[in-house]
Amino acid sequence: MVDYDFIVNLLSAMIRNATPIALAAIGAVVCERSGVVNIAMEGIMTVGAFVAAIVAGATGNPWIGLLAAIFFGGLFSLIHAFATVSLHLDHVVSGAVLNVLALGITSYLMIMIVGHPGTTNPVPVGLGDYRWAIPVLSSIPVLGPMFFNQTPIVYFSFILIGVFTWFLSKTKLGLHVRASGEHPLALETIGVSVYKMRYFGVLVSGLVGGMAGAYLSIESNVSFTEGMTGGRGFIAMAAMISGGWHPIGAFIAALFFGLADALQVRFQVFEIARVPEEFFIILPYVLTVVAVAGLVRRSRPPKADGVDFMIERSED
Amino acid sequence: MAQPILETRHIVKQFPKVLANDDINLTLNQGEILCLLGENGAGKSTLMNVLYGLYKPTSGTIVLDGEEVEFSSPRDAIDRGLGMVHQHFMLVDTLTVTENIILGSEPGRGPQIDYRTARQQVKELSERHGLRIDPDAKIMNLSVGLQQRVEILKALYRQAKILILDEPTAVLTPQEVEEFFAVVRGLRDNGVSIIIITHKLEEVKAISDRVYILRRGRIEGERRTADVSKEDLANLMVGRAVVLTVEKSDHQAKQEPVFEIDDLRVLDDREVAVVDGLSLDVRPGEVVGIAGVDGNGQSELAEAIMGLRSVAGGSLKHLGEDIKDLTTKERIHRRISYVPADRHRYGLVLPFTVAENIAMGYHDRAPNASGGGMRLNYSAMEEQATRLIKDFDIRTPGPLAPASHLSGGNQQKVILAREFTRNPSFLLVSQPTRGLDVGAIEYIHSQILAMRDQDVGVLLISLELEEIFGLADRILVLYEGAIVKEFVASETDEREVGFYMTGGKKEQSA
Repeated sequence: MVDYDFIVNLLSAMIRNATPIALAAIGAVVCERSGVVNIAMEGIMTVGAFVAAIVAGATGNPWIGLLAAIFFGGLFSLIHAFATVSLHLDHVVSGAVLNVLALGITSYLMIMIVGHPGTTNPVPVGLGDYRWAIPVLSSIPVLGPMFFNQTPIVYFSFILIGVFTWFLSKTKLGLHVRASGEHPLALETIGVSVYKMRYFGVLVSGLVGGMAGAYLSIESNVSFTEGMTGGRGFIAMAAMISGGWHPIGAFIAALFFGLADALQVRFQVFEIARVPEEFFIILPYVLTVVAVAGLVRRSRPPKADGVDFMIERSED
Repeated sequence: MAQPILETRHIVKQFPKVLANDDINLTLNQGEILCLLGENGAGKSTLMNVLYGLYKPTSGTIVLDGEEVEFSSPRDAIDRGLGMVHQHFMLVDTLTVTENIILGSEPGRGPQIDYRTARQQVKELSERHGLRIDPDAKIMNLSVGLQQRVEILKALYRQAKILILDEPTAVLTPQEVEEFFAVVRGLRDNGVSIIIITHKLEEVKAISDRVYILRRGRIEGERRTADVSKEDLANLMVGRAVVLTVEKSDHQAKQEPVFEIDDLRVLDDREVAVVDGLSLDVRPGEVVGIAGVDGNGQSELAEAIMGLRSVAGGSLKHLGEDIKDLTTKERIHRRISYVPADRHRYGLVLPFTVAENIAMGYHDRAPNASGGGMRLNYSAMEEQATRLIKDFDIRTPGPLAPASHLSGGNQQKVILAREFTRNPSFLLVSQPTRGLDVGAIEYIHSQILAMRDQDVGVLLISLELEEIFGLADRILVLYEGAIVKEFVASETDEREVGFYMTGGKKEQSA
């Protein structure tokens, strides 16, 4: 039962399952490093998934669907930025509201646009139809099929993990983002706007979260189903925390959750133990709790994460 | 002789309720060290924030190099050669020295930072000004003195010609203060003009060429430092004659200690032993002062004594009985009084009224409550508060005003009124005058000495050496969680104590 094909299938399923979590997690990393707590990733992904399916269905072009998902994910996240940065609302409250809002908007628009609740019609072409095997690299045993014979957004996620790591550690803007999450007043007093940095951080999480949503609806699936995010936005939070607020750490943590997800499907199929299948379904979520409880003590959040910043420039 | 580099003309800053600056005219000359002396709330910081572009003045102008300027953000001020070192450092703990210095003005083309050039520039800059620093060290691993050095370098990196220093010595040890003065003089000799904001008279005398005295938002006077005495400065600052050092009478302490600590061990939140092997005793009728640099276990020691933090080893004895396992409430009811260092977090419930704050701790017993603490007696609380407001000269609209409406000095008096009138046998006082001005300090010090004269055992924890010397009969030096040296206050001086505060090591050369 456990042979080469099983391992390869399991591992590439791990990568696929990890992709939306990793994308949402690295977006949240940039957001929280700028000092804004973002528990709205679930809602942003829902918006992205919905928009991607609708636009890809209407235009027949999944790439336009992807761009629309990214755009609307970003737009949706700006509500969070406006609420937390400009209106100084509590970050967790705003995030929770956005999650509920995303559910509400999408079910409303399902009726308005699709005409019924539940699932949209399948898109004519999905991004899952583009499978790019990278020459030479894809023929490496195990690693080849895992990493180099995948679909577009999976590759994008690899690229973005590298880009975000470089961005945070090597660029001027990245340094400003980090300072904004650690000691915002220090940044403001040398003349860089904390508000702008925080808007930027939130926007990045929205754009990437939109992409993560599109992955769910038009790459690993062919349609949008209400509730299809299934808590992945929250698992992404766990990945971000377990990964120590670092893109690569978050990616590794996402892989772990991806593996748990891939395993639970296989446990169900092979009936390895005489346990109700529901038990396996909860496995990734249980692991989330365990991982966060175990790792959270050691990883340190940005000091001003979730701390409101207000310039005392009292205009008279 | 020197020409003015910076002038303010008729600066007025009106906040919704307060007139913080009222017609301020001052001149800073090229290459001089200017002090701006004033009590808290005199408008010093407001004025500096106006100069630095954080606040917009209501009216008036700033003239820089003979040219009228208007700053709409700190960026403008920085671009015009102003640098500011804030009282609370604006440094990011998790970043390196280099990253902090270049923040906002990073070298390198395009989006990427050229870290090699940055390091090089920081090195050159620190060598040029004799401010040695490791460019790759993380801020959190540096001492406060070195952090201040980074702040100064940060301003110099932006080519500051005018440096504003806000309460620069508040957090430094005596050795660091001397080093700091040397650095400031060096900067002046390199052509930097300097404004120091302070409420410390010694500082004015030690470093400045000229001084402006600010009171209630107005300039009270301008003096050449050489021509003015400390007493005159104090009188100008407060607006009345003040006693700088409260007279300490001789008082014979009793023999039998009221409070004993033996081999105490306390862990901090990271489970590191920050108080380790600490022993001391306090006798009735003496003030024992604990001197030490911040972060050597002071707050953990105070919390352990009051039962706010568990003890990992050793014993705490009050009147001969071990109180280690008692709750905070039980300790308070044993007549142990406590004036905490952070009055906002631990001393007061800010939204509660003055009367409620005074009753707190004894709120469950007569006269504040009846029926076994089930019913609060507000009229009794109010009556008690009214009496104490008078006794302690607390400036408040009344006993029912929320504590948050009071000034820092008056808030501290509320705590004193509560703690000192409960007939304590042992009194733990931590940083009693932090952030308070000369007038309030004078009052609080005299109250503490009055407690001593009533045969209360007082343990004073303070970061201000001056305060320790003004009050303590015995001085214990706390270093890395243990008492490393004991002095009789009258037989030592600040230099000697300061030497042991830094671990008795040779001071770092500048």
